[in-house]
Amino acid sequence: MAGAVARVSGPVVIAEGLTNAKMFDVVRVGELGLVGEIIKLVGETATVQVYEDTTGIRPGDKIETTGQALSVELGPGLLKSIYDGVQRPLDVLQKNLGDFITRGFVAAPLDETKKWEFTATARVGSELTPGTILGTVQETPLILHKIMVPPEVRGTLTALSSGTYTIREKIGTMKGPAGEIPLTLTQRWVVRLPRPVQQKLAPTIPLLTGQRVIDTFFPVAKGGTAAIPGPFGSGKTVTQQQLAKWADSDVVVYVGCGERGNEMTEVLATFPNLVDPKSKRPLMERTILIANTSNMPVAAREASVYTGITIAEYYRDMGYDVALMADSTSRWAEAMREISGRLEEMPGEEGYPAYLGRRVAEFYERAGRVVTLSPDQRTGSVTVVGAVSPPGGDFAEPVSQNTLRVTRVFWALDASLASRRHFPSINWLQSYSLYTGDLEEWYRTGIARDWASLRQRAIQTLQQESELQEIVQLVGVDALPEREKGILDVSRMLREDYLQQSAYDEVDTYTSIQKQYRMLRAILSFGEREQEAIGKGATVGQLQQLPVRQKLSRMKWIPEADLTNSFDQLEAEMTQSVAQLATES
Amino acid sequence: MASTKAPKTAPVDADVPIDYRTIERVSGPLLFVRDVERAAYGEIVSIELPNGDRRQGQVLDSRRGLAIVQVFGPTMGMNVHQTSVKFMGEVARLPVSDEMLGRVFNGLGEPRDGGPRIVSEQRLEIVGNAMNPYSREEPSEFIQTGLTNIDVMNTLVRGQKLPIFSGAGLPHNQIAAQIVRQAKLRDSTENFAVIFAAMGITSEEANFFLKEFESTGALERTVVFLNLSSDPSMERIITPRMALTTAEFLAYERDMHILVVLTDMTNYCEALREVAAAREEVPGRRGYPGYMYTDLATLYERAGKIHGRKGSITQLPILTMPADDITHPIPDLTGYITEGQIVASRELQRRGVYPPIDVLTSLSRLMNQGIGKGRTRDDHRGVADQLYASYATGKDQRALSAIVGEEALSSVDRIYLKIAERFETEFVGQRPDEDRTIDESLAIGWDLLSALPEAELKRVKPEFIQKYYKSRPAA
Repeated sequence: MAGAVARVSGPVVIAEGLTNAKMFDVVRVGELGLVGEIIKLVGETATVQVYEDTTGIRPGDKIETTGQALSVELGPGLLKSIYDGVQRPLDVLQKNLGDFITRGFVAAPLDETKKWEFTATARVGSELTPGTILGTVQETPLILHKIMVPPEVRGTLTALSSGTYTIREKIGTMKGPAGEIPLTLTQRWVVRLPRPVQQKLAPTIPLLTGQRVIDTFFPVAKGGTAAIPGPFGSGKTVTQQQLAKWADSDVVVYVGCGERGNEMTEVLATFPNLVDPKSKRPLMERTILIANTSNMPVAAREASVYTGITIAEYYRDMGYDVALMADSTSRWAEAMREISGRLEEMPGEEGYPAYLGRRVAEFYERAGRVVTLSPDQRTGSVTVVGAVSPPGGDFAEPVSQNTLRVTRVFWALDASLASRRHFPSINWLQSYSLYTGDLEEWYRTGIARDWASLRQRAIQTLQQESELQEIVQLVGVDALPEREKGILDVSRMLREDYLQQSAYDEVDTYTSIQKQYRMLRAILSFGEREQEAIGKGATVGQLQQLPVRQKLSRMKWIPEADLTNSFDQLEAEMTQSVAQLATES
Repeated sequence: MASTKAPKTAPVDADVPIDYRTIERVSGPLLFVRDVERAAYGEIVSIELPNGDRRQGQVLDSRRGLAIVQVFGPTMGMNVHQTSVKFMGEVARLPVSDEMLGRVFNGLGEPRDGGPRIVSEQRLEIVGNAMNPYSREEPSEFIQTGLTNIDVMNTLVRGQKLPIFSGAGLPHNQIAAQIVRQAKLRDSTENFAVIFAAMGITSEEANFFLKEFESTGALERTVVFLNLSSDPSMERIITPRMALTTAEFLAYERDMHILVVLTDMTNYCEALREVAAAREEVPGRRGYPGYMYTDLATLYERAGKIHGRKGSITQLPILTMPADDITHPIPDLTGYITEGQIVASRELQRRGVYPPIDVLTSLSRLMNQGIGKGRTRDDHRGVADQLYASYATGKDQRALSAIVGEEALSSVDRIYLKIAERFETEFVGQRPDEDRTIDESLAIGWDLLSALPEAELKRVKPEFIQKYYKSRPAA
């Protein structure tokens, strides 16, 4: 079924004579066998987007279809891997090609020689439905990999035995309606199709991140979607990396989509050295990295987010909570635009293709907490956090707008906060989370009964501050009554001692939800005492001089181990010293 | 970087190139050549004009019976009948050797200084392959530029790409020249070279740089690629690739540390737009092509360091923002690729501050890796954050005092106001020939911070306050 190249223009190649070609089939182009995908068919003329640089390709070069759509291989060995956008392992590429990626090289996504210890759990003779667990492989010390019956496969298990296998060896067989089905440790899945589930569940459990502004003010639920739009230099990448490091998900998939090489290197260099806060094991043991930097082929960038989410869904199907970070979906959208432009399609807004909104919505819809397709009703979740990089910081552009329509959390990064070195620079007035209602019950029973009211009071105080600031702009601080100065004082503490959190400080980088509660309570109750003292004639100036203030502003460095004691002491000292000041005045 | 041996990445037809005299149309910088069956995408083309002149070009689009060729040079004098087009069967390559140091080339890599052509076995593809992110080494070596503002607040590290965003009439050239002159690693005199690629700058600007290199004796360690504003604009698309290919050769095969200055990237982007318009492509923002991000990335991403190789490439691109607009597509897309930006400010320029670099909008994304104990000094991060915050507060107070008057400010706010003033004159401001060490720069920072009450220094760890804070007797 070999056809021939009829035209080549950048990453787009038009092929003739490809009989039996189907949409989204993977093809190999030219002598080098560059990998591409059919994106348009007119008769026997196929338009192909090529995942590698097409320099040197000429009309008449042969082009062959593999008959299969772009898919990923799923099985033990995914964790700890670093892939490009089409699941080629970067370390294997380096071993074979050197420091620069040349073209036409095919690499197996998973190590084909490694032996895995497989423990069979399914009984021979039983009827198997999709998602049934055949057995397990300890993929890394952190993650038990469950070998499942692939979706759309059912039948009777005729043979299965424990033992050590490579991913290419047969572990057993099933007898289906169409005959015998060999079983291995792996399965394939087409990246552009969501893996099927039984049912989606309501988002009622928060994904805790250890980041105060997120967990307290704008939480995301497990299985939720969040968008981080931010102009460049506003700390977007650092925020995403913090999430990848600290979020309480079982598996992390990090997609570096069209981003900087050196930043990807930072991820590649720091992740292997990170220690999982709970297990004290290397974080990489539950992480998969996908790196398609901005100078790598644009079509592979377009595919990279699909590769990432398909892998995430696979671990979800095992019953894990997975967090997927995509940095940045704007680069993905631009890849779509670039290819659409090469196809000379009629553009929609700002040159983006008319199907941009649909593609964005389809992608985020693959997130969710679900009952997986399985007889034992396993639940799992995929949480998607997508970064958006609006040109010029203008949120009115199509990618941001289409993203905001489908995501339920919005962390608005603010360049003016970043320039003041307020990190994470999530603007507390513009950001929102539509999950707070769904999650309230969890916080109430899991943390403290007064959680919601504390949170509400904190937000109100910050809101009041922004209103007061407008007055201050006109008349100066001194013209305000003492009570309002008190509000400004508390909101400043909220901003500087609570919302600001250093990603680079060993202690401050992660705050447990319990500690967050105690910190927030400490600041707000100081605020209450302050108002009481002001009522009795104390001034804000005096209150600011109290030695306990120093201790409040150093709260973030209180070690997690000594939480209750330290905070009880602090609150006692605070109550006592404010009360003393009040009686003295 | 392209393989140094056989050209295995581009299939080359062994047969002798055929002359085509079948030009159908000449449109702007593009030639549409008929009856060409098998032109390779990206293939180099040699064009002979009726008067015997030769031009180079490159295939942009190839289909059966038609090749669209982009000409590097003016299309003046070309006609459809007598002009001949020869497809060379290979992609653009640059012969590279050590002899290139100290030489001046034009935008296509041909000698411009009257010297001999570079003859070399090694002819590298100028469109480099993407560096495997897995092979990259994290840049972490502090480069001291001697400019306080950059060293303390927006630290440059080896392997970084840090552009200067400037505007017409701002002294970006002086700043770039000062950085080139003063840039050094602390206590190190390693193999160091500068590659200077000029795209569409005026001959005066070019002369300024050449004189600068000459006067400091840096010319022998410099390779210059010059495309002046009077030179063909299409050459500009090739020029930075020539420069970066040379840089990769010197860095990764000759173990040199290369600083690449690319100026002015705005002209490069205009040339891209010119080609896109001539091809009647669907335009993106402001008429620039939709693939400009990817195209710029293939240039900027050629900065970096590789595990196990000694050399490095640091990029200092300069671009002028049209109408000082940082949201314009050129600075915007650049900022998304580069690791930060140094922004020149007209306001500071008007206040007479040199170098007029605005701290609040400038950023170095790789700063954290390059500073701190063992690299610069343990208190560096805290000092930089505190200065940033103080300057930002001071500027707010300046705006406020313009409305309510300085008297209405609180005493602390008045200190901030003064700090903002001193920050601009003492910290940012320095002479064009003043080369400050990092310790001197940090000392100026502490001098400013010491004007604040100790309790205001929330971003500096207490131990450093103890060590460096100069407490003043109460006035």
